[in-house]
Amino acid sequence: MPIRHTAALAAMLLLGTAPFAQAADKPTDPQIAHIAYTAGVIDVEAAKLAIEKSKNKDVVAFANDMVRDHEAVNVQALDLVKKLKVTPEDNATSQALSKAAAEERAKLAKLEGAAFDKAYVDNEVAYHKQVNGALETLLIPSASNGELKSLLETGLKIFQGHEQHAEHVAGMLK
Amino acid sequence: MSKRHLWIALTLAIGIVPAQAETIHVTIDKLVFSPATVEAKVGDTIEWVNKDVFAHTATVKGGWEVTIPPKKSASLTLQKAETVDYFCRFHPNMKGRLVVAP
Repeated sequence: MPIRHTAALAAMLLLGTAPFAQAADKPTDPQIAHIAYTAGVIDVEAAKLAIEKSKNKDVVAFANDMVRDHEAVNVQALDLVKKLKVTPEDNATSQALSKAAAEERAKLAKLEGAAFDKAYVDNEVAYHKQVNGALETLLIPSASNGELKSLLETGLKIFQGHEQHAEHVAGMLK
Repeated sequence: MSKRHLWIALTLAIGIVPAQAETIHVTIDKLVFSPATVEAKVGDTIEWVNKDVFAHTATVKGGWEVTIPPKKSASLTLQKAETVDYFCRFHPNMKGRLVVAP
């Protein structure tokens, strides 16, 4: 592999993990709630773009599944923070996630047809992988409230399911 | 009650009537089918009880599919003797198995 490509790949990998790597300290429960909620909103927004743009019925069906599940998780998250009287707190990780997502959406918005479908689904695989990694290594271990931890654990199973579902759809597009 | 009727009542009461179709419940909670493996007979009905706020499916690759809406139940009556693995099409990490005897 030419050096140029290796460097590009390394940069991509670094960028890929950047939003979570920026959080040097262990996030607090109000921050974790904010990060988890933001991660869900990002995926719903990407899905809505796909529902609007894609002509592929498998891609649209997948995007509808994402909207349904992530909205359901976020309703539970909001109910929980209300019950625990926790106010989700904005933080560097949430901001970095939103920024990366806005850039991704801008990139996707310029694509059409099969190129859009592939880019959207590939990004769904990568995005869910990234969030799963953060849930497993950072968010779940850092959560101090038992109910929040339990909701994050359910969230992880949902996200792992979505990652496999996205991989399946990616396979169908080939 | 005649002796014959008494005999029928007794048989029903102690449940030895052969080939009585059963309904077997599989609970879905936090993305887990429980029990994961069910042994049943042809004619039995599987009822999936979804406790999650998410829609799930019980899908056999190249075969049948049952959709179980959030907080609802859905059933399937088993038609043939077979061992099948099923999964949730929306969350393929959810897996279950039915062992159906004739």
